[in-house]
Amino acid sequence: MAELAYWEAIRRAHDEELANDPMVIAMGEDIGVVGGTYKATSGLYQKYGEKRIIDTPISENSYTGVGIGASMAGMRPIIEIMSINFALLALDTLINAAAKIRYMSGGRVSCPIVMRTPGGTAHQLAAQHSARLARVFMSTSGLRVVTPRGPMEACGMLKSAVRCNDPVIFIEHERMYNMREDVPETEFFRPLEGAEIVRKGTDITLIGYNWSFVLCMKAADMLAKDGISAEVIDLRSLKPLDRETIRRSVEKTHRVLVAEEDEAAVGTGAEIISIVIEDCFFALDAQPVRIHAADVPVPYAANLEHAAIPDEHDVYKGALKVMGRI
Amino acid sequence: MKAADQKRLLREMIFFRRFEERCFEAYMEHKIGGFLHLYSGQEAVATGVLEMTRRGKDYVITGYRDHVHAIKAGAPAREVMAELYGKETGSSRGRGGSMHIFDPTAHFMGGYALVGQPFPLAAGLALACKYKGTDEIAVCFLGDGANNQGTFHETMNMASLWHLPVLFVCENNQYAIGTRIDRSTAVTDQYKRVCGYNISSSQHDGQDIDTVMDAAAKAIEHVRSGKGPYFIEFLTYRQRGHSMSDKTAAYRSKEEEAEWARRDPITLYRDKLVKAKVVTDADVKAMERDVSNEIENDIVKFAEESPVPKVEDLNKYVLDDNPDPRWIGPLQNS
Ligand SMILES: Cc1ncc(C[n+]2csc(CCOP(=O)(O)OP(=O)(O)O)c2C)c(N)n1
Ligand SMILES: [Mg+2]
Repeated sequence: MAELAYWEAIRRAHDEELANDPMVIAMGEDIGVVGGTYKATSGLYQKYGEKRIIDTPISENSYTGVGIGASMAGMRPIIEIMSINFALLALDTLINAAAKIRYMSGGRVSCPIVMRTPGGTAHQLAAQHSARLARVFMSTSGLRVVTPRGPMEACGMLKSAVRCNDPVIFIEHERMYNMREDVPETEFFRPLEGAEIVRKGTDITLIGYNWSFVLCMKAADMLAKDGISAEVIDLRSLKPLDRETIRRSVEKTHRVLVAEEDEAAVGTGAEIISIVIEDCFFALDAQPVRIHAADVPVPYAANLEHAAIPDEHDVYKGALKVMGRI
Repeated sequence: MKAADQKRLLREMIFFRRFEERCFEAYMEHKIGGFLHLYSGQEAVATGVLEMTRRGKDYVITGYRDHVHAIKAGAPAREVMAELYGKETGSSRGRGGSMHIFDPTAHFMGGYALVGQPFPLAAGLALACKYKGTDEIAVCFLGDGANNQGTFHETMNMASLWHLPVLFVCENNQYAIGTRIDRSTAVTDQYKRVCGYNISSSQHDGQDIDTVMDAAAKAIEHVRSGKGPYFIEFLTYRQRGHSMSDKTAAYRSKEEEAEWARRDPITLYRDKLVKAKVVTDADVKAMERDVSNEIENDIVKFAEESPVPKVEDLNKYVLDDNPDPRWIGPLQNS
């Protein structure tokens, strides 16, 4: 085992996949000479050269389209978009092209790209740098959406995403790049599909993904001090969703909370609670709770930002509400 | 060019015209649904350019007015017609329709409905050709209206910067639906618009197939020899409305239509070949009959008789239907 930061885990996955398959390339703004805004591709330009590590102009929609076109001719591009906010400019090529080409060609053409990008709020970056947007992609047929919760998942899932034949939206988180974890030194893969029960419990199911999963784990520690045993699920994949794992857990605990950093409307929480109602309504002993961001553009002032975005205390309080303790 | 090839080209253009007109009839009979954009009047461009590319090797991509480009690139005409009929035997298995013909075997990488979207996809196909070290190129056909999209400018910049082997063919038919080019576009000579990206370009008559072939051959040679992208503009005219519902009377005059009808690419080429004694009027009549028979008794028949897709297969082709469990899982919880 070796301790790696999240950004190092992503760099390692790039490095191994670039070494493994000459059809793998990486492209994005400042990923080459600079090594990436979050260092996730540092050193790779020096190692693999400008043919494979491509610094692009600031043309999100079209350089994503270039990656998609290359993938249609057999290449496997890893496309970095510096922040998920900027991915809005690439929605045409991602959603209108990559997500639909396999289907509208009757399965004859595929687009094996990975689009990596950090989503989520960091520290006072204000409204135009704090988008989360997972829900935009998880509601699009033809895409896979994954959200690694830590370095081990980031490395193993990125490698799987590169080898997968579908377009994969790989959502990282600005607050997680320096998170550290022990990772096997030998090559390993983590599957793209399936939610994971990371902490077993009996009284309530807490469901989150990347950063909101971290909040759920912290809240579970706080609940344990109150004698409440929380089961914590990392969704891992937002598309497709693992309904089965959610259902089995709720049938055991009879109580459920979903945490997300997005606004609530038409989001992950809304989708999960709908699934719970459709699949195991009669198992519920209490009304479900969604923990989510305030319905406002993310503010700059630290106190306002704090009030807008959920933290572990919000998850903890929400869980107490489900438990009938408040 | 040999007489046999000239005859073949004339027959191909007659075939393409009849194919499109037959689509119109099938649409009126409700055999074809959705949006249908016909290519009648512009045949010399796709036929001439793709006569000069390497079939099944060079990549070809275009917008929604794509039937003729697909067939000339090598997609079987039967399968294109079956696609329009929404049949399982169609080029895209009935999942795409008129605007989304795909035939990767022919390296025809699709018709796309989003105006301007094929620009970056073409550059990506070209990037792959260059990366693999082949001398294949990508050819992207789009209309004059597409050049007002951001993707045009973004892609011209990258294609030039990275010396990508891509030929952009601008089919300037003067209109984007009902908006005449001078009402939407500050610089109406499209070939001038790529100067800012340092891309070689030229403008030609798109009605005379010999002119098209000569110009295309030079442009393709430029691209294939590693000199970077080339932007070639052809002046042409679509004879029908933009799509089935479009009435042209609202935005263009009968006189203008008649003017261009005099320069119909098929008539021009036929007259030229008759004058050169390559064909006789009787040959052309026979050709027309032959083409009609082929389209009716082979192509339309195939489309009519083919099965529709199975409803049980609705969810096929959304993602890879045979994913490798090593990468996909699903993860098992203990
Ligand atoms: C992004 C986008 N905007 C608008 C449309 C609607 N639309 C379809 S075709 C068209 C005109 C395109 O004109 P041009 O590029 O000149 O091609 P032509 O139809 O003349 O071949 C428009 C506006 C669309 N399909 N996609
Ligand atoms: Mg036009």
